[in-house]
Amino acid sequence: MANLTINVNGKDHTVDVAEDTPILWVLRDHLKLVGTKYGCGIAQCGACTIHLDGKAARSCSLPVVAATGKKITTIEGLSEDGSHPVQQAWIEHDVAQCGYCQAGQIMTASALLNENKNPSDAQIVEAMNGNICRCGTYTRIRAAVKTAAKNA
Amino acid sequence: MTKNINTKRRSFIKVSAAAGGGMVLGFNFFACKEESKLPEFVAPILEEPGKWTEMNGFLSIGDNGVVTIMSPNPEIGQNVKTSMPMIIAEELDADWEQVKVEQAPLDTEKYQRQIAGGSQSIRFGWESLRKTGATARQMLVQAAADQWGVPASEITTDRGMIYHKASDQSISYGAVASAAAQLEVPEEVTLKDPKDFKLIGHRVRNVDGWDIVQGKPLFGLDIQEEGMKIAMIVHPPAFGMKIKSMDDAAVKQMDGITDVIRINVEPEGWNPQWSDVNAYPELAVVVGETTWQVMKAKKALKVEWEEESPLENTAAQKDLLDDMLMNGAVEVARKDGDPDGAFAKAAKIVEKTYSAPFLAHNTMEPMNFYANVTADRAELVGPIQTPMFLEMTLESVLGLPKDKIDIMMTRMGGGFGRRLYGHFGTEAALISQAIKSPVKLVYTREDDMTQGTYRPMYKVLYRAGLDEDGNMIAFHVRGTGLPESPIFANRYPAGAVDNYLAENVKVNTNISTGAWRAPRSNFIAMAEQSFLDEVAEAAGKDPIAFRLELFKKAEANPIGEDNDYDAARYAGVLELVKEKAGWTEDSGLSRGVSAYYCHNSYVAQVLDIALEDGLPKVKKVYCAVDCGIVVNPEGAINQIEGGIIDGIGHAMFSEMTFTDGKPDQENFHQYRLIRQTEAPDEIEVFFVDNGEHPTGLGEPSLPPIGAALANALYQATGKRFYDQPFANQIDLLG
Repeated sequence: MANLTINVNGKDHTVDVAEDTPILWVLRDHLKLVGTKYGCGIAQCGACTIHLDGKAARSCSLPVVAATGKKITTIEGLSEDGSHPVQQAWIEHDVAQCGYCQAGQIMTASALLNENKNPSDAQIVEAMNGNICRCGTYTRIRAAVKTAAKNA
Repeated sequence: MTKNINTKRRSFIKVSAAAGGGMVLGFNFFACKEESKLPEFVAPILEEPGKWTEMNGFLSIGDNGVVTIMSPNPEIGQNVKTSMPMIIAEELDADWEQVKVEQAPLDTEKYQRQIAGGSQSIRFGWESLRKTGATARQMLVQAAADQWGVPASEITTDRGMIYHKASDQSISYGAVASAAAQLEVPEEVTLKDPKDFKLIGHRVRNVDGWDIVQGKPLFGLDIQEEGMKIAMIVHPPAFGMKIKSMDDAAVKQMDGITDVIRINVEPEGWNPQWSDVNAYPELAVVVGETTWQVMKAKKALKVEWEEESPLENTAAQKDLLDDMLMNGAVEVARKDGDPDGAFAKAAKIVEKTYSAPFLAHNTMEPMNFYANVTADRAELVGPIQTPMFLEMTLESVLGLPKDKIDIMMTRMGGGFGRRLYGHFGTEAALISQAIKSPVKLVYTREDDMTQGTYRPMYKVLYRAGLDEDGNMIAFHVRGTGLPESPIFANRYPAGAVDNYLAENVKVNTNISTGAWRAPRSNFIAMAEQSFLDEVAEAAGKDPIAFRLELFKKAEANPIGEDNDYDAARYAGVLELVKEKAGWTEDSGLSRGVSAYYCHNSYVAQVLDIALEDGLPKVKKVYCAVDCGIVVNPEGAINQIEGGIIDGIGHAMFSEMTFTDGKPDQENFHQYRLIRQTEAPDEIEVFFVDNGEHPTGLGEPSLPPIGAALANALYQATGKRFYDQPFANQIDLLG
């Protein structure tokens, strides 16, 4: 066990955890930020996607030590009130069915738009390909990312 | 048509005015629109009323007009938490922007059929939810009539307001709710004429949409309680094995680990329910402070297993089904006319077999449950499609009476049938009871995928006999599977063929199976509709024209009895999709058609593919649906789109296979689910507008799509696809 300081959504937090603890479980168990989801634990489904210095990262497979000195953004920190263009687009297109994978989808989409303000259809599909949705909301996700790009 | 309906007084519980509290959130999309930089959509905030009046088990009205509607059924992503309250709000004539929806807990006194399964929530809820809203509205109207001294018949309502035009008076629901709740519950209520619906038939967004996009705690896995421990199970590695012994000495010394125990969810004298499907009743359990600590400890736990029944292999299972299909004991499910004689006379016989593998549900949120069991009480919170059956199981397993067991349903990260089988709830309760602490049981993805309760493995043989003119004069279907046949003997084309035979062959397995989105239909529709495509071709007929001919026959002169479909409505969706897809024109793409009826709804689809780099790409799916009145088109279209994508994915990519009883797929690197690149470019949905009683949509769009895909693949490649997943034969494309 070690005391580690990580910056989450603009705030520093010191947690007493084993160094190999994935960021996901530090967020969920220690900081009670449960918006970031557990889906597979092996970086295959994307439900746990966060931003690490603005880039999409799979928090289930990154040990917390990898995040020290970096800025973590979670779905809770994307905006204070759901006003981020990607969240807005998700509401507009009523994307969610069960909703479980959507935080990860939104974090992947917002990271894409951080890097590419005007992605092509092919770039959207490619960027979103790592995020599984068992309910099958893929066509709505695609439409919502396009709307978000337009409004960002 | 306006109906007068006798309200059962017993089912309508009147509660006197009661003060309520708590933060109230609802929908007000119109707040804060003035500043240009502000977003178009704003998370709604409704003002908390000074006083709540509970009108009945479903409805509370605040003195400021805010309405709380309890949503009785479990929400698994089928959107009943939006659509069922919409039905109440419609008849109440409430202002939807002043409505807050809450998930109701399990309460068998107040609510009926609190189950998410079989696409039946809307179909069964429709009448009673309408009556619930209409009864409350009638009481509010009566209270206003009494206050104004005017006849109730002269009063009108609109969006939470009550009007008496003649005397130019108006008052809000909130202002009369308290008085209304004191009135006698009316015996008879008048329901709206559907043409006057203001909410039903309009696109309404998911009531949990805001919470979802902001990552609010909604799911079972999100539960955090003071003093709560984390528990994980270790189940046997293979079907046919059980736990023999375990060595917990090392694990008990690991950081954060508090308990290592064994549980048995099927104790002596328990009273099992149909929902208690479980290959692994005896489990090793590791309990500790945090999830990661328990995950590590669980991996380190040394368990010895022993074989209790034969360990099965997929290759042998396939051989077994082949053999049983030809040589197994046959049970005749339906026979019309003289099938043998007709086949003997046939000018042409088409015979094909189809198969599909076991499938895991793979809800994105793995199984989990929170439980706090003390000597005289059990409190459970989590994702469960069948809370009432879990409660019955818990009564006997925990030895507590029903009134000491509270079950609250969370929003579920997918259901698809998996959470009908609530052993994980029982496990959480037993763990809590054993360690005397509140606990959250968490399955890893691997625990979840390898636990069983799979969609059965299926194999089916079809034969059709055609006369010289290409008329289908004989039809034979024989189905088998591990452990059930997929056949519905009374479904189409039964009723449309003079000589018809449907047979089942039973085969056992020790791999546990359960209902998986559209049980049996999820395979048999693909087989039947692929086969009919091939029969139409052999008959030299257009595949839609061929099907329509049969429907016409079934409608005019049905063969046999108990035909489980309405031929005219079935033909209706085919006609609609034919028109919308421009079937008679050349789309420049390879197209396949399919139609199926299950869960009381009719679906027909046309699917267009192109081959890109030798791989099939679904360009467009046209889907016609007859589900009667469409309560919420937004949610309905989303369900249909989802079923299509889910159906394409599983037909194309997914399978569970076994080596010596052990699943070969444990996580998503081995089990392939459809992803963004493989989803159709476009899906367009068309509804039949016929005013019929509404039916469900959680399942019906999935079954037929596998055949639309197979039939389009045939057009593209000249090769037929008989065995799922099709991706295993994709080399056939080259």
